[in-house]
Amino acid sequence: MSYFRDVGALARKDLLLELRARDTLPAMLLFVAAVFVIFHFALPGEPSRLETTGFLWVAILFTALLGLGRAFVPEREQRTLDGLVLAPCDRSAIWLAKSLATLAFLAAAEVVALPLYALFFHHVGGATVLAVALADVGICAVGTFLGAMAVVTRARDLLLPLLFLPLAIPIVVGSVGASVAHAPGKYLAFLALYDALFAVVCWGTFEYVVSE
Amino acid sequence: MSSWAATIGGVISLRRIPLWTLALASLALVTIALVCVFYVAPNDANQGFSQRIFYFHVSIAFTAYACFACGAWGALRHLWKRDPRADLESYVCIHQGIIFGAMVLLTGSIWAKISWGHWWVWSEDELVLFLVLYLFYCAYFMLRFSLDPGPQRANLSAVYALFGVVLVPVSFAAIRLSKEFLHPRVFTLSGPRFGGWILVTYLVAQAAMLVLAYTLYRIEIVGKRLDLRLRELREVVA
Repeated sequence: MSYFRDVGALARKDLLLELRARDTLPAMLLFVAAVFVIFHFALPGEPSRLETTGFLWVAILFTALLGLGRAFVPEREQRTLDGLVLAPCDRSAIWLAKSLATLAFLAAAEVVALPLYALFFHHVGGATVLAVALADVGICAVGTFLGAMAVVTRARDLLLPLLFLPLAIPIVVGSVGASVAHAPGKYLAFLALYDALFAVVCWGTFEYVVSE
Repeated sequence: MSSWAATIGGVISLRRIPLWTLALASLALVTIALVCVFYVAPNDANQGFSQRIFYFHVSIAFTAYACFACGAWGALRHLWKRDPRADLESYVCIHQGIIFGAMVLLTGSIWAKISWGHWWVWSEDELVLFLVLYLFYCAYFMLRFSLDPGPQRANLSAVYALFGVVLVPVSFAAIRLSKEFLHPRVFTLSGPRFGGWILVTYLVAQAAMLVLAYTLYRIEIVGKRLDLRLRELREVVA
């Protein structure tokens, strides 16, 4: 039980920091809106629903990357990661809390982004919303984990997209499939499987990322 | 338990084979494989001469997978048993995997050009899977070269290499799934009937590639260890 209390405390810390500094969320919102405008001009003529659905997922992925890149920056700048690692809690709680906080930012950005997409391009179906929810879990679980890895390297922000995008290809396949297929159940199940599989791997190996 | 012990025993005795024996063996095997592929194996009824690239394409792909699997095994040994040699071994395996992986993409591309007239065909599952894996392992190198040598680099590299083990089946499932909305039409090839000289040629080519990969691995690991030792000596002198 104390494990979840630790996770809650750590996640609350990140949300509180964001509430006071307002670093990440406004940037994500502005970014996703600008990307939609870019798409309008990048897709000449009347783009079909198939085309814009693909672009929606590109926008979501890149917006998520923006948030993920920021996830461990306060820890680096304030040097709080050492303190977190020394704290008497399970190390995986750090990853879980950070993932939950990033998930909250991404979900908040999508609450604005999806209606905006519907306004600019085509309507958003129920399967797409479900796919967004499932994809968010996978994106945040894997992305936060890789963010913790990237932040200790020399290349830092440069490295996260390189590490993350190959691992995100299955997410894109599952979510685009769920958005455009007539029977999205298979794709949603695949996304859920991806989430479960990678969450377990991240949860089990995060210890080695932060400790030597 | 006894089969495990036998496997481990086999690996240990594999390490004892001198390098020059390995080099000679790979030279001989590659030569025999080339002779088999070009002179012994029969022409394919459907695809003719161009099908012969398959003997190398498939055996190189299998070898690359074997290298990645060995890399993951080394990563696991590093994280689990804290084996001090495992990190370097894992890295060298993945490096060999990348080299063979590049050859897979190249041979696959040549075959696609001859068969379908395009250098790249998205409908070939194995080729697309390889591209995803290739990107993934290239990122492994970016990660590794962006960290200073030490326990942290070893840990992060090992963890990322283990992600590859999960990514292979997941990507394969994803690519199969993606076909249903990207490529409704699936290319069907009446593949070569396995048997006789075709099987012999394939097995020789496969053995040649595996021995070649192992020889290259040994050469690289000897060089890397020498490099490390030299650096340590330099620090002692300085």
